[in-house]
Amino acid sequence: MGLTVSPPGVLFAVLGAASLLLPFLTLRANRIVAGEGAAPWEVAGPTVTIAALTAIAAGLACGLLPSRPWLRFAGSLLSLAGLIFLLSRGAANLLGDAGDLARVSPAAGFWCLLSVVMLLMADAIGGLQPGPRLRLGLLTLVLGALALLLWSGALNDLSPMQEYRTRAAAFRTATWRHVALALGSLGVAAAIGFPLGILAFRKARVRAVTLPVLSFLQTIPSLAMFGIMIPILGWVGATVPGAQAVGIAGIGFAPAFVALLLYSLLPVVANTVAGLGSVPAASVEAARGMGMTGPQRFWTVELPLALPVILAGLRIVLVQNIGLAVIAGLIGGGGYGTFVFQGLNQTATDLILLGALPTVLMALVAAILMDIVVEVAQPTLNRKNT
Amino acid sequence: MILRLALLGLLLGLVLRPHAFVWMFEPFAPDRSTAIYDRASLLSLSLNHLALVAAASLAATIVAVALAIFVTRPAGAPFRPLSRTITNIGQSFPPVAVLALAVPALGFGARPTLVALFLYGLLPIFENALTALSTLPPRTMEAARGMGLNRWQRLAQVELPLAAPVILAGIRVSVMIALGTATIGSTVAARTLGEPIIAGLLTNNTAFVLQGGLIVGLFAVLIYDAFVQIENRLLDRRRKPVARKVA
Repeated sequence: MGLTVSPPGVLFAVLGAASLLLPFLTLRANRIVAGEGAAPWEVAGPTVTIAALTAIAAGLACGLLPSRPWLRFAGSLLSLAGLIFLLSRGAANLLGDAGDLARVSPAAGFWCLLSVVMLLMADAIGGLQPGPRLRLGLLTLVLGALALLLWSGALNDLSPMQEYRTRAAAFRTATWRHVALALGSLGVAAAIGFPLGILAFRKARVRAVTLPVLSFLQTIPSLAMFGIMIPILGWVGATVPGAQAVGIAGIGFAPAFVALLLYSLLPVVANTVAGLGSVPAASVEAARGMGMTGPQRFWTVELPLALPVILAGLRIVLVQNIGLAVIAGLIGGGGYGTFVFQGLNQTATDLILLGALPTVLMALVAAILMDIVVEVAQPTLNRKNT
Repeated sequence: MILRLALLGLLLGLVLRPHAFVWMFEPFAPDRSTAIYDRASLLSLSLNHLALVAAASLAATIVAVALAIFVTRPAGAPFRPLSRTITNIGQSFPPVAVLALAVPALGFGARPTLVALFLYGLLPIFENALTALSTLPPRTMEAARGMGLNRWQRLAQVELPLAAPVILAGIRVSVMIALGTATIGSTVAARTLGEPIIAGLLTNNTAFVLQGGLIVGLFAVLIYDAFVQIENRLLDRRRKPVARKVA
């Protein structure tokens, strides 16, 4: 086509340049009050600013080259480094002149630039068409760099990090609680949904009842579902002997867990049915011809062939649960939602971020990991054909 | 059908004549507090809730379908991998987090809710529209070209009608998510049906929680059902002429 620049690259460069005109950091006299925005060139000394802005611009310029995906990827890393450098130095610089209670937060300009750079990175990685191993490597690399960055204290001057420091213990508890809610309900949903899915696949009558009931549950808005669980589990806790002792009560962990479990069942059951349905009849027939018994056929032929679709169902559930577990914060179920809703109540933006950003990160990592798992489960199928 | 009418009747009753249901909610209310949410009329909350969802979904539909049309034309083709990546990443963003992140940028009230609903609603519609528009049967497209239809005619008379059921399924997914997220919107001071639920949670009044939950749940189920009916109708209409041709 004779095209020498990448059109998405042009889009990123234009958006990136436009984002530079927005305030990069916000300086506020204390945690709650409205702040004052500072443009990218106002936040730090001239050397730092020029170095950082050059890195950002050079990185975005690398993104213009369509035929070099590795260079585009390197460019996105360079931009990201410049962005974080400016963020870290700018925060320290702005705080240096302000009072003890002053807070510095990333502003619209930073978030826009970050999104643009991340999109460039995603676009470049897409162009590389990485296999599962490379993707896992890149994910580890990015997470490692993020961990190093947080551990090094380069971002400690930023307000969300200050919120974190006053709540480090609570944050750890919330993290475990969030993971327990999301993964625990996934585990139980798989334990119930998997046999149910096999049964539904074999017996049309079971299928005709379970799937509509489960999709009905799925349509109920999450807040309503969490709310309705409260009286139900409160009643169970009050009437069933021993239920209260194991922690079943109207508010807290139990109703959140059950609500997530109910949402998880549909993807697990539906994908198990679809996965088993997608197994070619010829394969099952061949297995029967080889003299395999029913269970042998199931474990060595049907299940491995259905696995990618079943795992894709688990991916949907995991990502969905990590997001929905935030609502547990409203009914005392813990997790990152606690910070989000506390932050909303106190109009403390940084507290909201402290809850929302880890949730987003966790959901993204879960999505990428599960995509890799689904792909690894796939090749057995393709390899047979080649 | 009877079940549908019964549910609709129950919904209308709960919204329009809430005090007729005192007997139903009284057992759940703590002593000496009201069983029926009366700080705002449930009707106005319902209308507001539906208006938010409708506005956001309508805007999302227009933008998402336009974008899908753009990336399936030759001029927009270079943006196609990128748009796939964005939809994939975007859908892993939790709707609640999108809502929470919209607040620092836009303040409290209906605005962040509307924006979050719109942004999140784009993704399922775009994904479905893209799939539908890029998997049209090549022979049909060839026939349309052979008939001498120009690009706009092909789009309006062949591509969009063929893609309509799948696009509609995307709109359904998006509207369902929007209904749920709008409920949570009341935590950022948008006036929606989440209000009784939140008020109930704060005052330990389970009756309020149940009222809000039931109304939102009924709305969701009925709207979902209506969408499925329309989708089936569209698919039926499409199948008939094909069947006739085969016969």
